[in-house]
Amino acid sequence: MPLFYERKQLVTPGDLLAEGDYMTGDNTYKDDDKIYASRVGLVDYEDRKVYVVALKAFYIPSVGDTVIGKVVELGTSGWTIDVNAPYLAMLQASDVMDRPFRPRTSDLPSIFDVGDVIIAKIVAYNRTRDPLLTVREPGLGKIMRGTLVKITPTKIPRVIGRKGSMVSMIKRETECQITIGQNGLILISGKTPEDERLAVMALHKIEEESHTSGLTDRVTEMLRKKKEGVEHAQKKN
Amino acid sequence: MNSSPMVARVKRKRIAELISNGKRLDGRGLTDYREIQLEVGIIERAEGSARIRLGKTEVMVGTKIEAGEPFPDVPNEGVLTVNAELVPLASPTFEPGPPDENSIELARIVDRGIRESKAIDLEKLCIKPGKKVFVVFVDVYVLNHDGNLIDASTMAALAALLNTKMFNYEVEEGEIKVKPGYTPLPIRNYPIAVTFAKINDKIIVDPWLEEEEVMETRLTMTMDKDGKICAIQKGGYGYFTVQQILEATKIAHEKTEELRKLVVKG
Amino acid sequence: MPQKKPEKLIEENDVRIDGRKLDELRPVKIEVGVLANADGSAYIEQGKNKILAAVYGPKEVHPRHLALPDRAVLRCRYHMAPFSVEERKSPAPSRREIELSKVIREALEPSVFVEYYPRTSIDIFIEVLQADGGTRCAGLTVASLALADGGIPMRDLVVACAAGKVDGRFVLDLSDLEDKGGEADVPLALMPNLNAITLLQMDGSLMIDEFEKVVNLALDGCRRLYTFQKEALKLKYIAVKEAVEE
Repeated sequence: MPLFYERKQLVTPGDLLAEGDYMTGDNTYKDDDKIYASRVGLVDYEDRKVYVVALKAFYIPSVGDTVIGKVVELGTSGWTIDVNAPYLAMLQASDVMDRPFRPRTSDLPSIFDVGDVIIAKIVAYNRTRDPLLTVREPGLGKIMRGTLVKITPTKIPRVIGRKGSMVSMIKRETECQITIGQNGLILISGKTPEDERLAVMALHKIEEESHTSGLTDRVTEMLRKKKEGVEHAQKKN
Repeated sequence: MNSSPMVARVKRKRIAELISNGKRLDGRGLTDYREIQLEVGIIERAEGSARIRLGKTEVMVGTKIEAGEPFPDVPNEGVLTVNAELVPLASPTFEPGPPDENSIELARIVDRGIRESKAIDLEKLCIKPGKKVFVVFVDVYVLNHDGNLIDASTMAALAALLNTKMFNYEVEEGEIKVKPGYTPLPIRNYPIAVTFAKINDKIIVDPWLEEEEVMETRLTMTMDKDGKICAIQKGGYGYFTVQQILEATKIAHEKTEELRKLVVKG
Repeated sequence: MPQKKPEKLIEENDVRIDGRKLDELRPVKIEVGVLANADGSAYIEQGKNKILAAVYGPKEVHPRHLALPDRAVLRCRYHMAPFSVEERKSPAPSRREIELSKVIREALEPSVFVEYYPRTSIDIFIEVLQADGGTRCAGLTVASLALADGGIPMRDLVVACAAGKVDGRFVLDLSDLEDKGGEADVPLALMPNLNAITLLQMDGSLMIDEFEKVVNLALDGCRRLYTFQKEALKLKYIAVKEAVEE
């Protein structure tokens, strides 16, 4: 029952990963009893499941995900939100307002206007309809300040780290609040613009080097060096 | 592209199932063509014309000859130009307007067959090298689309060319003076196209409309009178294996000889 | 500067005008991820060919009526820049470009999992910046990389190469002169791991057994190009990995 690659090897679409009694995981597909990669990424195995951690993939909505999106259109009964996915998402006015909603379009922009960025959760999505959002939970709603970063969504788990270790470290080192959207958008809210910039740098580094080992240490080191540099410059002034 | 399911899902399944078992909905064998009727010389205004009925597919081709300029890289050759129109009355799916990718592809496949087989002796169409040559216009007019427009159009175009007569002329002071009488267009090869469709991994010949809507992909091979391949075009969103392609060349050889006999008489 | 038409395209010792052997590919250079705005992109130089490809999508289709309920729509535009050929070409799409846009789209479709993204479109743009024969093949090869670079799930990469007959010999990867002056040109596209031929055309004149030889030569060229394709796709990541892990 052959496996044709070692764990964490880089594979490309069409590469034959396994043959025989295996199951398909993310970014793979089966033809007869052969399993092939469907995206560029690092192949891995878990029991009899073969999967590829894609190095680049766009976000596909999933019910329960927290996402960060931008309002792009005002409709008669709600808002259309760009959630960095192939499909635009909908947020209905009835989700936001407690009283029964009477369609007066002047109401909508006062809550969320075109260009506003919101944190929301996906409550419904299937092949025949666009994703539906809610902002009814604590922590969701309009974002008033901070820096937004966009990274390829497959790297989000790396940003979070095992048991949140990576993101906790960044929060600690930069003293920033970090809200992660499963759709690849991340909100950074810090005490100063310099702190936010540091966090942005860390995130971009993770995105670029996500397929390498020893990343957490290197990111930590980079942040500390940069902070020293900033403090040094401040002392000089 | 199978965009709108014109054929009901139930029927599609039936067509595919039958073909898996080597049979077709209209009773034909996998390598049988529909009934062919060919008439020539029906449009007197055209220099040459032909109308083909391949099953219910109906295509008319008219040829016109005019004086024109040669291409700079071949100064003593006449010019061939092929155009195809998917006339709106031929199918509910044809819209009026400029030629779309389907009519352009059809025209270019028909053109390739004639051009690459050197069917027309273009050098005999030279009036004054570098300055004046005859331009042969081949206009393919699809009147009813019931599948396999390529093979029907190629056969009708060949028939129309064989039917084409050029007026006799002499050149006086650089001008063409028409003389009485006609000469047939100099034709020295007879390209015929055979189109294959792949359905459920089986290969059939001459797909009719409903089979075309079920097929994954098609392959057209045009062969000349010596059994040489002069044009090939794969179409549709599927694929072929090498074995299927080489198998098709053998069937194409047999079929083009059969079909040529219907077009080239005597 | 207009090219002079040479008397002979291949010498007695089977050496071609540009010094190549009969079954030799032109030198290839491929780069993936070259355009910042596109979702996926790639660039190829093959001999004198210089071709850029970009992919946008999947995204919702506009106009809406073009959307398909059960799959993504693939749209493809093959276009040559006016300065890409000897005699300036008008920017308006020619009949040849329209036909090639169609056959290239049909060559890429079997590789993309379009059924995963209903009601969306995936737009592919191929721009030929400089042309020297075999542009539809090089364009296909680089468009397939742009799709992979965009993270679009695929069954396999599509790689394309032409073979043909020139001065009585069977040759691989015809240049423009060889295509115009030769006896036959057969462009072919392949999904190598599935042995699936997704583009096949021919113009010229070949006996059936000659055609078989030419097809096998093209398949061989495709397989060789495929290794360059895969390398180019991995290169970005391998370079980063090597740089940081030392």
